Amino acid sequence: MTESSFDQAAPQILPAGIPAPDFALNATPDQILRLSELRGRPVILVFYPADWSPVCGDQVALYNEILSEFREYGAELLGISVDGVWCHAAFARDRNLHFPLLADFEPKGAVARLYGAYRQEDGTSERALFVIDADGIIRWSFCSPIAVNPGANGILTALESLAGQRAPAKAESRRGATEEARP
Amino acid sequence: MSDALLTPPVSARDHTVGPEDAPVTLVEYGDYECPYCGMAHPIVKRAQRELGSRLRFVFRHFPLAEIHPHARLAAQAAEAAAAQGHFWEMHDTLFEHQDALEAEDLLGYAKLVGLDTAQFARELEAGTHAERVREDFRNGVRSGVNGTPTFFVNGERYEGSWANQEAFIRALREATQPSSSRGTRTTIDANI
Repeated sequence: MTESSFDQAAPQILPAGIPAPDFALNATPDQILRLSELRGRPVILVFYPADWSPVCGDQVALYNEILSEFREYGAELLGISVDGVWCHAAFARDRNLHFPLLADFEPKGAVARLYGAYRQEDGTSERALFVIDADGIIRWSFCSPIAVNPGANGILTALESLAGQRAPAKAESRRGATEEARP
Repeated sequence: MSDALLTPPVSARDHTVGPEDAPVTLVEYGDYECPYCGMAHPIVKRAQRELGSRLRFVFRHFPLAEIHPHARLAAQAAEAAAAQGHFWEMHDTLFEHQDALEAEDLLGYAKLVGLDTAQFARELEAGTHAERVREDFRNGVRSGVNGTPTFFVNGERYEGSWANQEAFIRALREATQPSSSRGTRTTIDANI
């Protein structure tokens, strides 16, 4: 990853320090997820260009693999692309994904635009990552060159620093609560 | 983002081939069920042949178990072989038989490699090496591994395509020249 490609892409997306715009998108054909419903725990928002494309495949496979580590921070992971719900459903089933993929499908890319992560030239979203804190504030954002899998290190570092800012005991109890709430 | 640095650096806990003071250390994060890692395997072998004692090769586990259901157990099998001093024989065997990685296949390879199969089976059963594999995976994530295989040359993630064999081996050869990356080398030494 070169500095220059980082610099070119980075200014477009929403920066750290501002509230994450709220949205409601389909997570499954009959289920809508609203970002503000997740208030109280960190959220990792992952915009990616498209289901099935090779780099996204690697990227979502990687995140799927380290979900348990994200959840140690009590964090919720959400994938977002402009693909429709049925496409997401097939992709998630094929890749055995254990986190929701949100369909930014109609109006197309509306949420990506809100976050400055829409690629007008090809009608998809950027490969953009946002870590949002328990109060709904963006604490870290990163836009990767479109062909480069950004990995997970940046996300983990951001979650780590969030956890450091809050009382660890509080994070601990929140995590316990999350797990108990899961069926 | 310059965070794609090998963490932790190569140490005694690693499986290594080649001299400790070789000018180039190549680290692979790989998955025994990953077809790309299977493709990279002979390329690494070729690099080892061509660079000889100038190359030290290190393998760390990065099983993507959700898409490769046999990968985690296969990695543990390599560790169980390592516990009996035969990591590399098992490593090669696994990559040469990527399409047969069921538990009974692994037991067959243990026999082939000359292991105490009872101990091998017991350790796999008990998950004796699960934590070690998990540790490699975690370190990989923190080092910036974003898929398999990911290579690190003297501690820095190799950003080129390993599938371009000529370029890959050329990059390794270049890394043997101290002047080409003195700054990098200093950082690596400081890490070790």
